[in-house]
Amino acid sequence: MPVSNVRETPLLTQKRAEEIFTAAAAAARALGVRDVEVLTGAGANALTRFANNTIHQNVAERSGYLSVRALVDGRTARASTNRLDLEGIRHAVEQAVTVAKLQAPDPELLPLAESASYADTPRHFARTAALTPGDRAKAVKEAIAAVEAAAQTAAGIYATGESVLAILNTNGVSAYHAETMAVFSITALAKDSSGWAKKSSCDAGDLNPLEIAEAAALKAANSRGPAEIAPGRYTVVLEPSAVLDLVGQISGDFSATALRDERSFLTGRLGAKLFGENISVYDDVYHARQSGSPFDGEGVPRQRVALVENGVVRNVVYSRQAAAHAGAKPTGHGFPVPNEYGEAPANIVIAGGESSVEQMIASTERGVLVTRLWYIREVDPYQKIMTGMTRDGTFLIEKGKLTRGLKNFRFNQNLIELLSNVEELSPVSRASGEEMFDMVVPAMKVRDFNFTEVTRF
Amino acid sequence: MKELAVNALDAAVRRGISYADVRFIETEDRHVSTKNGKIGELSNSVSVGLGIRVLDRGSWGFAATDNLTADGIETAAKLAVEIARASAVAKKQDVTLAPEGKYEVQWTSPVRVDPFSVPVDQNLALLYSVDLELRRNPGVTLAEAGMMFTRNRQIFASSLGSLIDQTRYTSGAGFAAHSFRNGEIQKRSYPNSFGGQHQLKGYELVEELKLLENAPRVAEEAVALHSADQCPEGRFDLILDSSQLGLQIHESIGHPIELDRVLGTEANYAGMSFLTLDKLNKLQYASEIVNVVCDARLEHGPGLGTFAFDDEGVPAHSTDIIRDGHFVGYMTSRETAAAVGEKRSNGTMRADGWARIPLIRMTNVSLKPGAQTHEEVFGADHGIYMETNKSWSIDDKRYNFQFGCEIGWEIKNGKRVRMLKNPSYSGITTEFWNSCAAIAGPEHWTLWGTPNCGKGQPEQVMGTGHGASPARFRNIKIGSAYAG
Repeated sequence: MPVSNVRETPLLTQKRAEEIFTAAAAAARALGVRDVEVLTGAGANALTRFANNTIHQNVAERSGYLSVRALVDGRTARASTNRLDLEGIRHAVEQAVTVAKLQAPDPELLPLAESASYADTPRHFARTAALTPGDRAKAVKEAIAAVEAAAQTAAGIYATGESVLAILNTNGVSAYHAETMAVFSITALAKDSSGWAKKSSCDAGDLNPLEIAEAAALKAANSRGPAEIAPGRYTVVLEPSAVLDLVGQISGDFSATALRDERSFLTGRLGAKLFGENISVYDDVYHARQSGSPFDGEGVPRQRVALVENGVVRNVVYSRQAAAHAGAKPTGHGFPVPNEYGEAPANIVIAGGESSVEQMIASTERGVLVTRLWYIREVDPYQKIMTGMTRDGTFLIEKGKLTRGLKNFRFNQNLIELLSNVEELSPVSRASGEEMFDMVVPAMKVRDFNFTEVTRF
Repeated sequence: MKELAVNALDAAVRRGISYADVRFIETEDRHVSTKNGKIGELSNSVSVGLGIRVLDRGSWGFAATDNLTADGIETAAKLAVEIARASAVAKKQDVTLAPEGKYEVQWTSPVRVDPFSVPVDQNLALLYSVDLELRRNPGVTLAEAGMMFTRNRQIFASSLGSLIDQTRYTSGAGFAAHSFRNGEIQKRSYPNSFGGQHQLKGYELVEELKLLENAPRVAEEAVALHSADQCPEGRFDLILDSSQLGLQIHESIGHPIELDRVLGTEANYAGMSFLTLDKLNKLQYASEIVNVVCDARLEHGPGLGTFAFDDEGVPAHSTDIIRDGHFVGYMTSRETAAAVGEKRSNGTMRADGWARIPLIRMTNVSLKPGAQTHEEVFGADHGIYMETNKSWSIDDKRYNFQFGCEIGWEIKNGKRVRMLKNPSYSGITTEFWNSCAAIAGPEHWTLWGTPNCGKGQPEQVMGTGHGASPARFRNIKIGSAYAG
């Protein structure tokens, strides 16, 4: 990925963010309040949406926001607005101060975060920010043509945009991050089958919509005439998007507040060898394929955290509040305060292996290749059983080869068991799905995956 | 506000487009919650902006901005037209719209107590009392309580000449008790999961819910679940409480009747529908006692899907969806109605704020009350009763579903004989609805609010309404979530 040299964007410059902060701090002082935190940002995002081989929706939005937190004698509250003129800023500050004063003091409430320095994470690409509706329409037209050439119907999106996040407070925190993002996803629909592919990157130059479309069309073509096989335990090859959307569901449990609340499946299991030796999971915003800011919702620098090493649950992440309670150090994963959930990993990296998806298929006597999973929900929070469906490219593997498409399955799968049954891992890639935020993950070959029902298509 | 909306409309129309509409929206939200005796969330937010939708050269364009200066509005109008013209590069045919009238209306949803007039400390005092009551039970390890309020004023102006000024108030409140013991997490929510009950009401909703009075029972049930038997696997008669039945309606009737899904425009994300056009007026969707409507009118009740006009200026409608078990109607927009030869949209287009384009969304999709008494619904020789949703999943054409509930009871000869934990059921949509054997009457009917329905790209979250009474279904597959 080429390195961006853009550190800020006219969408919201650092100077403008400082002006907003200065105005908020002054408004608070006028009310006799010294401690103020400002979270401000802006976004300019556009999305071209197509279906039935035509663009049917094409949208753009430009917006800014300000969220002010006031701290008044051990009490705190937040008010937000998208009115960024002086009157709008003053009104938000007044709201935050007024509501804060209506509470009883909380002796555990921490003072505002202190100033820190942040690692450079250049993720704003001028060429991505500059893409026009015409550029997106041209790429979409080519992608549709590729799917039409396979006598299929295309539906999908091409989204591009830029965003800025800045956090400043009266204790000296001054954090600023600008980022661009491009996402292309497509579903190719054939008579009785479908195929899907999706990619995302901070740099639109990394995406090749035509290649992504051709991959989806190939899946739709190869899965036509899907067979129904009985549900049961199968060896599965989960492509990276399926790994992201299913295995990624464990990420929120690696939270000190979730442990304290006893709602995490890791309650009583920290330090235990819970998964297979080949499973290591990190939270690492600095990974080259990651996106996001190098600071959390209070402006604390994000740390790289080893969550699981060789199957052993090593660490969880900590907000400042959770760290103070546990006698640990904050890891830079806190949400804006006040909130119920404390913190969560935001940049998951699951360590990969050496096998390609093709090698995983070749080493499988009988199994199922899964492109994508859908409507994944938690059945049991402590056993970490998840349910959901396969979708848009489910294949039977027989004697090391993909032999035909399959009707889609419902699964009910215990994720602790799944991560103990991983036989092979691919090298990692940035994966994008629809159920979780983007992560850097491998494809996985997993034995004894639990399909419980089959649907009608 | 009206002047800004009209100016934005003029800025689009001046560019020679064939149709335009503008939605100028001001939204105020308040979220207050507590967790184990402390504040969970405490925030107020205000958002103001407008979205301009244009139809030019047969294609749609949309641009939204919160820069409400003359320059900001001109820029957004210009961008909307530029986007429509870019869309035309990859069009197959021109978009046509079903005809619609011109309306000049001002409407505000009925509110007894403006929720923003109630001080935050009063909100907190009630939530802390509920929290304390829940944690009085030593088995409760996590208590959560919350309430949320929204005031949304929208000025809709269209090149048909409509100017509609609509203000809606919604309120929501509820709580949950969690209990962790011996490697098991159990939870009970009141009056429903998803943050409780949500309706088109003011603070009177919070008062009606009797949160504090229900806290001891709910805490007790959360803890008692640890000692309950695991829900058995097999086929049983299933009785659902009205809140779980509301979600069943949402997932297995509400989504599949969205005509945009049927026509393929949601294929890449939310999915399509098994209800292809050939099934209209032919499919036996459900048993003959099942009648379902999609009704946005105030007379249906104060639902999250109740309004005077939808977001493309169509008056609220009531549409029959299932009549005596037969599938008879879709939810439509002006574009999709025209595409299938309907004379008029039935008014279901809604957008998640000023920055999003309207999509077909459920309004209030409700099961009409049945003719049976409560005793007749529970009158199974042997069945399982389930209450309050815990997990929900359905395939992308809306055939195969699986739901988990927070609590169940085994029913024998009409009586609850034992509590069951981790109950779940699954099935195929039409088989399930055709097995409906009894529906309780209007005195047991509740219009539930689902505040978190996701659809569209970029994703939009919408509140929908679902009325239902408890109902019984024959020979349903139970317990597969824990099978294998």
